[in-house]
Amino acid sequence: MATQRSRQKILVIGNGMVGHHYVDQLLQRQLDVEITVLGAEPRPAYDRVHLSDFFAGKKPEDLALTTREFYAQHGVKAHFGDGVARIDRDAKTVTTEAGLHYSYDKLVLATGSYPFVPPIPGGERDNCLTYRTIDDLGAIKAQAAKSRIGVVVGGGLLGLECANALKNLGLEAHVVEFAPGLMGVQLDDGGSRMLRRKIEALGVFVHTGKATREIVDGQGTRLRMNFADDTHLDTDMIVFSAGIRPYDQLARDCGLEVGARGGVVVDYHCRTSDSDIYAIGECASFGNFIYGLVAPGYRMAETAVSQLGEDKSAFHGADMSTKLKLLGVDVGSIGDAHGRAAGALSYVYCDERDEIYKRINVSADGKTLLGAVLVGDCAAYDTLLQYFLNGIELPEAPESLILPSIEGGAPQLGPAALPLAATLCSCHNVSKGAVIEAIDGGCCSLGEVKSATRASTGCGGCSALLKSVVDYELEARGVSVDRSLCVHFAYTRQELFHLCKVEQIKTFDQLLDKHGKGLGCEICKPAAASILASLWNDYVLETPHVGLQDTNDTFLANMQKDGTYSIVPRIAGGEITPEKLVVLGQVGLKYNLYTKITGGQRIDLFGARVDQLPAIWKELVAAGFETGHAYGKALRTVKSCVGSSWCRYGVQDSVAMAIHIENRYKGLRSPHKLKSAVSGCTRECAEAQSKDFGVIATDRGWNLYVCGNGGMKPRHADLFATDLDDETLIRYIDRFLMFYVATADRLQRTSVWLDNLEGGIDYLRQVVIDDSLGICDELEARMAAVVGSYQCEWKTTIESPERLKRFRQFVNAPDARDETIVFVEERGQIRPANDEERRELIAVHQVA
Amino acid sequence: MKALQARQWQSVCTRADLVANAGICALVGDQQVAIFYLPRLSPSLYAIANWDPIGRANVLYRGLVTDIGGGPSVASPLYKQHFSLVTGVCLEDDSVAVPVFEIALDGDTVVIGG
Repeated sequence: MATQRSRQKILVIGNGMVGHHYVDQLLQRQLDVEITVLGAEPRPAYDRVHLSDFFAGKKPEDLALTTREFYAQHGVKAHFGDGVARIDRDAKTVTTEAGLHYSYDKLVLATGSYPFVPPIPGGERDNCLTYRTIDDLGAIKAQAAKSRIGVVVGGGLLGLECANALKNLGLEAHVVEFAPGLMGVQLDDGGSRMLRRKIEALGVFVHTGKATREIVDGQGTRLRMNFADDTHLDTDMIVFSAGIRPYDQLARDCGLEVGARGGVVVDYHCRTSDSDIYAIGECASFGNFIYGLVAPGYRMAETAVSQLGEDKSAFHGADMSTKLKLLGVDVGSIGDAHGRAAGALSYVYCDERDEIYKRINVSADGKTLLGAVLVGDCAAYDTLLQYFLNGIELPEAPESLILPSIEGGAPQLGPAALPLAATLCSCHNVSKGAVIEAIDGGCCSLGEVKSATRASTGCGGCSALLKSVVDYELEARGVSVDRSLCVHFAYTRQELFHLCKVEQIKTFDQLLDKHGKGLGCEICKPAAASILASLWNDYVLETPHVGLQDTNDTFLANMQKDGTYSIVPRIAGGEITPEKLVVLGQVGLKYNLYTKITGGQRIDLFGARVDQLPAIWKELVAAGFETGHAYGKALRTVKSCVGSSWCRYGVQDSVAMAIHIENRYKGLRSPHKLKSAVSGCTRECAEAQSKDFGVIATDRGWNLYVCGNGGMKPRHADLFATDLDDETLIRYIDRFLMFYVATADRLQRTSVWLDNLEGGIDYLRQVVIDDSLGICDELEARMAAVVGSYQCEWKTTIESPERLKRFRQFVNAPDARDETIVFVEERGQIRPANDEERRELIAVHQVA
Repeated sequence: MKALQARQWQSVCTRADLVANAGICALVGDQQVAIFYLPRLSPSLYAIANWDPIGRANVLYRGLVTDIGGGPSVASPLYKQHFSLVTGVCLEDDSVAVPVFEIALDGDTVVIGG
């Protein structure tokens, strides 16, 4: 009997973030393996790092990293809610708690860790909880609902996250820490003290140097914690977040080597003492160290996957530097934060007024950065990290890296000093080499490099660094990116906008005479027309402007392939009365137009000859319609879902707000079209998150999203501000739109504009919300002027016989028609005849 | 493709019908003619056939006037190919050209060469 070559069986125990990453990476390699996953938790892998988002309204599904369907589709056998009880290394099988058996060729332990609960008498009560899994959160939420005070035991990363969660649940939040200071692993004493000061200012109570002796019944509260120093703290609930311990019992039981401090010992291939068994993530011990961050766990998973293929990589430990926001406080830690290395020297900057603490630890010879601590200001983090990771020689006066701006400014780490392997963007693991590759591959702007490499599209913290590298490399290649608008104007659109504003330039001729040359072209004329319209809001077909307008604007209608036009009256918010619907139907019938409903929730009428436009619009205007600006680089539509007026789920009146917004900004001319939407609840039926600016109702007001778009390269909008009242919402939109209008490039959508904005969304918030440039009054005034000078340009057109003359096909034969416009019937309506149909029809016509 | 020396002149409209830096359209017999008035240039009047041979519609009079390529040209509103207002040749594909007509101002009347 011939033996069939069977596929290698890979069994993964544990489906946390690292366990799933292993499976995901293995699937991408497309090796001939059979993968089985066993998870003890009842659900597939989810983002444990963002667990506290659960309290901000997210559901378990929102945190999910994968689904049962995904595994099924990719042929991965997955079994959840049943932990492994025992490994038989000789038989190469495992047995689960429920008694199921699985065999393996290679086994991967990704069992992770569990929260350490100090053995305190009274700590086993049911109002003493842990903070680790989604199920834990359910319990915390339930307990918090009947509590006034909450205590977190543990003042590390997770503990502070948990304290934030309790605070958001409305509790008086306390942190109890055994050590003398918070985050003792990542921060030195000074940093720790500053962090405490800032957290206390936020209303969280901090108790350090407290060892809990026992937990007993409280008086007036449910519990009382008695400390070793004879003080006590009253509370209603306790959450333990005092450290993690690896789940290594399976390894111990089957005789695998285990570290002195726990964890399954692995080599640099992530192999345990059994060559067929690997361990990755928090259950593993490498060099007697357990890596408690997810990024090193991912690197270990990738290393373990590579052992199955040809190209085996190695794990040599991972950097534990981290930058994060805790309870709103910026905290950064790099390398040896405490300066413990022999001979290390440190520089410390501490500003108690602005609550900023910065420390760097350097080698005895002053040349190498060994570590750093940042609290309250992490601006220097990227630069310091590059020095640390790449061993770049520090400047003469290293303190300049952390001191505030002084004469001459702080030395910048020149992009040239960074080696190719330097990681510029840690969210997406993009090296300087990858950025150079993108540039050599044709990218010649910051936005293009971001698109190609994904750098700076995660947290955005590396944007300044990325820009300096991109600018440097472009210049080094002799690429002087000419940002002139066109051959007629040696300025960018932003510069021309500024010139027109400041010099009060009102016509293209004036602009050409003062700052341009030649006649102009199809690039600068419409751009100038848009700038002039944004600034002065004249009727766009006014004599000096008529020759500037592009294909559609020039006849206030959308030209179709045969030279006829489509007509789109405005239907604000997508709401229309039956009477008005009837009018549109009647106009469609009378002029034999093709009608269609648009994605923008309005109605489009096709097949009008240029000379029919006035008559059609006369009827529409008489019935109360206005132009919909479908032809312009202007506000198009503000979609809506039906909201609280009718919908069971709506929490605000989204239709009213959509109509209000659309009526406010209609007529605004902009660098590119603007689309918006307002949704009445988180179900988001109006698709606001794919809009230039979108609004989603919350029970406390409106969330504003910006810089999304659909089209060829869809982009999700970014959350800009939350729970705004009506007035603030409009104020921010006013400012946002006018800032975009003033500074964007020609034909630059808001998404691309944001991508190219140095400092990204944070900078945008500073400008719009904090008024960091001091221009908000001006932006609002300019918007008010535009809103106040609105005219429906079709109404203006039909009221003037002089302006109507524009809409003749023939100046010398007003009754003659363009014979080449021919329609055929399809699905009960007209459509333009194609060439063949046209030939046949003309032939028939000639014979007749 | 230059028109032959005109033997007849046809009146099409008055000076008042002209739109500065833009085009209008006149019917000359069966021929649609796109007329452009460019006051910054001398001569200031240009006339070409209205039919866009690439986009295949009678729309050239609606295009934006440019000076790309040296002399005045019009960018077709459909797909933006440029047609020289002097020679009629398409700047993107010189195997394509539109007929050019002689045009002049006779007092207050605009006339096209027949």
